[in-house]
Amino acid sequence: MNPESTPLAPAPEGYRINPLSGAAVSAARGLAGPLSAEITAALSASPRGEVSVRSADLNLPLLEKNDILAERNRGYFLGRGLVALNLVSSPGAGKTTLLEHTLDDFGRQTKCAVLVGDLETDNDGRRLHRPHAPVAQITTGTVCHLDAGMIARAAESINLDGVKVLFIENVGNLVCPASFDLGEQVRVVLLSTTEGEDKPLKYPPIFKSAHVVLLTKIDVADALGFDRALAVENIRRIAPQARLIQLSARSGEGLPEWYDFLRSLAPRS
Amino acid sequence: MHEVGIMESTLAAVRREALARNAAHVDRIVLRIGVLSGVEPEALRFAFEACSPGTLAEGAEFDIESVPALAHCPTCERDFAAGAGFICCCPGCGNYSGDLRTGRELELRSIEFTPHPTPP
Repeated sequence: MNPESTPLAPAPEGYRINPLSGAAVSAARGLAGPLSAEITAALSASPRGEVSVRSADLNLPLLEKNDILAERNRGYFLGRGLVALNLVSSPGAGKTTLLEHTLDDFGRQTKCAVLVGDLETDNDGRRLHRPHAPVAQITTGTVCHLDAGMIARAAESINLDGVKVLFIENVGNLVCPASFDLGEQVRVVLLSTTEGEDKPLKYPPIFKSAHVVLLTKIDVADALGFDRALAVENIRRIAPQARLIQLSARSGEGLPEWYDFLRSLAPRS
Repeated sequence: MHEVGIMESTLAAVRREALARNAAHVDRIVLRIGVLSGVEPEALRFAFEACSPGTLAEGAEFDIESVPALAHCPTCERDFAAGAGFICCCPGCGNYSGDLRTGRELELRSIEFTPHPTPP
């Protein structure tokens, strides 16, 4: 029997009546995959084969899990009396070098710890290793950013007793880390003079989310023909909310201002 | 390319919400994505095509509502749309504002679904 040619007959089992044409149509037709049985069941539920589609307004954050973990981290850090900074930049902007100097200078008076993320290798973790500052290396594999869950696990892996400032060195990337709250109090975006003055204009989301922008490697700005005034103007236009500090970890210029800023954040013990 | 991770998180939320409503299949998913969220709608769409087969949302219609960037000017006490390049220069006083009021949204707006048959 051809079901398409018997429009007036009641729908045989396994078929439904198309309410417009009156034709019986195989309920399973055109469906494949693991859900076809469930859909077929839903389709055959109504005697006329009508399907009631319902809708639900949800308005849920897409990164709900990350956001919840980030808030948990924030509470954990606050409860421990430490301030967490999330350092973000493109690869090679000088995050690790700045942190080496910061641990050696500022870190001698104020206890610091570092969580450092990279796709592979523990090179940065080893570079940052100091007897007076706990460091945890996070290797993300292929993941292009740190997320709040990685931070929660890494923070539990080190001894945070007495730590006042926790630096989180994100994966070198000016795009993806912008979307992921780690539970930090302060987001620091680094822009190095080797990258060009227009980076803030090219990567607005990350600069818009910055509390602080560090213009790094200013010791080589002249040799590179880097227009500092233009870079500063671009940062001001795209991220007027951010505090701007210009520095060179190698020459030491601007580091006292960076340390003063850190001191202003660190909770008094 | 963090859109795949975001999509996995999205599909997990869709599944949870759909099952809680006795859904047999999800027919439509609507997201709200801010232009400054750091998430690329086309990459998200690609991630949906890659991640949804075998889930409740296989074959679902996938829509993205784009949310524009609005900044607030504390001087003029008004919200205004970000200009070209997302530079937020107040049309009233000419000052730059870093106080974003919208544009960072990453939300699961709504779903449409086909419920399981209820016994007569």
